[in-house]
Amino acid sequence: MTSTPRTLYEKIWDAHVVERRDDGTSLIYIDRHLVHEVTSPQAFEALRTAGRPVRRPDLTLAVPDHNLPTTARRDAAGNRVPIADPESANQLGTLAKNAPEFGIRYISEVDAEQGIVHVVGPEQGFSLPGATIVCGDSHTSCHGGLGALAFGIGTTEVEHVLATQTLILSRSKTFAVRVDGKLAPGVTPKDVVLHVIGVIGTAGGTGHVIEFCGSTFEDMSVEGRLTVCNMSIEGGARAGLIAPDEKTFAYIEGRPYAPRGADWDKAVAWWRSLRSDPGAKFDKSVHIDAADIQPTVTWGTSPEDVVPISGTVPAPASFADPSKQQAAQVSLDYMGLEPGTRMTDITVQNVFIGSCTNSRIEDLRAAAEVVRGRKRAANVRWAIVVPGSGLVKAQAEAEGLDKVFIAAGLEWREPGCSACLAMNPDKVPAGERCASTSNRNFTGRQGPGSRTHLVSPAMAAAAAVTGKLTDVRELLGAAIA
Amino acid sequence: MKPISHVHGRAIPFGRKNVDTDVVIPAHWLKTITREGLGRGAFEAVRKEPGNVFDDPAYAGAPILIAGDNFGCGSSREHAAWALLDMGVTCVIAPSFSDIFSGNAFKNGILTVALPQEQVDRLLEVARTDAIDIDLEAQTVTTPFQDRFTFAVDPFRKHCLLNGLDEVGLTLAQGDAITAHEARIARDLPFLSRAVAA
Repeated sequence: MTSTPRTLYEKIWDAHVVERRDDGTSLIYIDRHLVHEVTSPQAFEALRTAGRPVRRPDLTLAVPDHNLPTTARRDAAGNRVPIADPESANQLGTLAKNAPEFGIRYISEVDAEQGIVHVVGPEQGFSLPGATIVCGDSHTSCHGGLGALAFGIGTTEVEHVLATQTLILSRSKTFAVRVDGKLAPGVTPKDVVLHVIGVIGTAGGTGHVIEFCGSTFEDMSVEGRLTVCNMSIEGGARAGLIAPDEKTFAYIEGRPYAPRGADWDKAVAWWRSLRSDPGAKFDKSVHIDAADIQPTVTWGTSPEDVVPISGTVPAPASFADPSKQQAAQVSLDYMGLEPGTRMTDITVQNVFIGSCTNSRIEDLRAAAEVVRGRKRAANVRWAIVVPGSGLVKAQAEAEGLDKVFIAAGLEWREPGCSACLAMNPDKVPAGERCASTSNRNFTGRQGPGSRTHLVSPAMAAAAAVTGKLTDVRELLGAAIA
Repeated sequence: MKPISHVHGRAIPFGRKNVDTDVVIPAHWLKTITREGLGRGAFEAVRKEPGNVFDDPAYAGAPILIAGDNFGCGSSREHAAWALLDMGVTCVIAPSFSDIFSGNAFKNGILTVALPQEQVDRLLEVARTDAIDIDLEAQTVTTPFQDRFTFAVDPFRKHCLLNGLDEVGLTLAQGDAITAHEARIARDLPFLSRAVAA
C-alpha cells in the first residue's frame, strides 16, 4: 500500500486526532500542558464554578514565571522574601493554591527547577518530540525546536484542556522555511529567526505551521532550534517545527521526565519517523541562503522591522505599501529615530539578556564570552542577565559565568520572564532604549514608553560594553562578510 | 456565553494595521484573576495620542471596532478579548486576524468579521457618521447607504455563537472518544501518556 507523502506537521496531527467532525474541525488530544500564573486563574475559577476536575493532572505542570521579581527570593536568614506588588502576589498565590487543589505538580519560585515555562519544559524532559504541547502563552511555539507540535492558547482553551485534555482545532496550512548553508561566525540562531521574520513579515505565517528545514537547522544545536521556533509566532505562525534527530534524542535522554528503558527505545523508534516525507507538499515555502544572514537588529516596533547591524534606519518612503509607510513613521516617532541613521550609531541605556527566547546556557556562554575582561559602558545604566531557570543559573555559576558578568558590571538575577514584558519590577524607563534578547519590540512592551531593539545574546553583550548597538564580530575579531 | 445573532450600532473607526494584543491591553493589566474591568486599560497607549478615536464621545459604547490587517497579533492573552467585551465591543471587523486572537474572541462571544481591505475602507468611512449592522445568520454587513458585504464564518463557530454554546460542555460529552484515544496511545506510544519525573 502506498500512502500520500505527509509533512512532519501532518504526521503529528494525525497521531492526535480523537475525532474528526463534519464541520472540518477535529478534536485533538493534548499530551503536555504547561501552566503559569497569568493566564490560568480564570480557567481554574471556571472549573471550580462548574464542579469540573482536571482530567489529566499528571500531564500538567505548573510553574510561576511572569510576575516574579528577579531579585533574591530568600533573605540572609533563609526566609522567603514577600512579593511587594500586591496584584502580582495575589496572582502568584492563586496559582500556588490552584495547582495542589486540582492535583497538579507545582514548582515554586524557590525550587531549583523553577524558571520560564518554555525553558523548564524542555529542560525537564517534559516536552517531547511528536507530542502536542500547549500553554497559555504564545511563545509555546518554542518547544517545536524538539519536534513537538506546540502552540499558545487563550485562557478559555486552558480551561478546555484542563477539563478534557483536548482542543477543537482546524488543521493549519503548512509553510516550509528552508535555510541552507553555514552561518558566519558571530551569526546566531536569533539572527536567523529575525532575518526570517524580516523576509516573511509578521503575518506571513498566519494560518500556517512553519517547518524550519535545511542544513542550517540540521547543523544548529537543540537550544538554537528552541530559539528559532520560539519566535515562529512573531512571523504569525502559531507553531514552528524542526524535525527531531540524534541531537534531539541526546538532548532529552536522562532528563527527569524523559522516557526510560523500553519506553525510551519505543520513543526513539517513533521519533525517527517524524520527518516530512520526500515529496510531501507544503502550502507555501521560502528559501533563504544562510550566507545572506548577518547579525540582525530591529529598528521599529514590529519584529519584522529588521535590518543587518551594518545597515541604517530605513525611510518610511522606502516601503512600497502605503499602510507600511504610515506604520514605519509611527514606529520611528515612537523610537525617536531618524531615517538614514547608522544602526551602530544608536546608543542604549539598558541591556536585557534573558527571556524564553535567549536565556539558556548557550546564550549565557555566548554573552559572557563577549563581556569577559571588558566593562559596562558608562552610558549603560542598567544591564541585567536573567537565566531562564534555576538549573541554568546553577550551571552558569558552576562555569563561573556569573562572575564574568558581575566583573563586567552586569547584574546577575534570579530566573523569570523579567523585562521581556515587564510584568515584574524589571522595566525599561520611558524614552530609554534597551538592547534586548527578548522577542517583542512592541510599543510599551518593556514598560510604558520603552524603546526596544531586539538582538542576539552576543549582540546584547556587545551593546553593554560599547554603549551602542555594535557588530559583535568587531569584538570577537571575526571576519565581517 | 451570551448568544449573538445581530450587532447593530456605531463602529470605532480605528483602522490601524498589525495591532498586537500588547496594544489592546498592556501587560501590567494582566495581573487580575477575574475577567472583568479590563476595559479601563484597553488601548491605553493609543489613548495617550491626542484626538484618538477611543476617547471620541461619538463612539462611546460602540459595539463594533474596525481595524487593519493582522489584528490581535502577538501575545495569546485572552485579556485582549475580555478588554474589548468590557468596553462593550462584540464585533471586530478587519481584513485579517491573528489565529490566536480570533479563537479567543470566538470563545468569548465576540464575532470577528474578515472583509477585503476596500470593504473595510468603505466601512471606516461610513463609521464616521453612521451605524453599521452585522447579521450573523445571513453573514452580512450592511450600512444605511445600501452597502451589503458578505463574510465567511466557520459553521461550527457560527452554531456556537448563535446558540451561546460552551465548548467545554460540548467536548465533555465526547468523553468516550477521549478515553478510547488514551487507551490507544497508552498501547502504541506509552511514553506520551506517561509524564513521571524520575
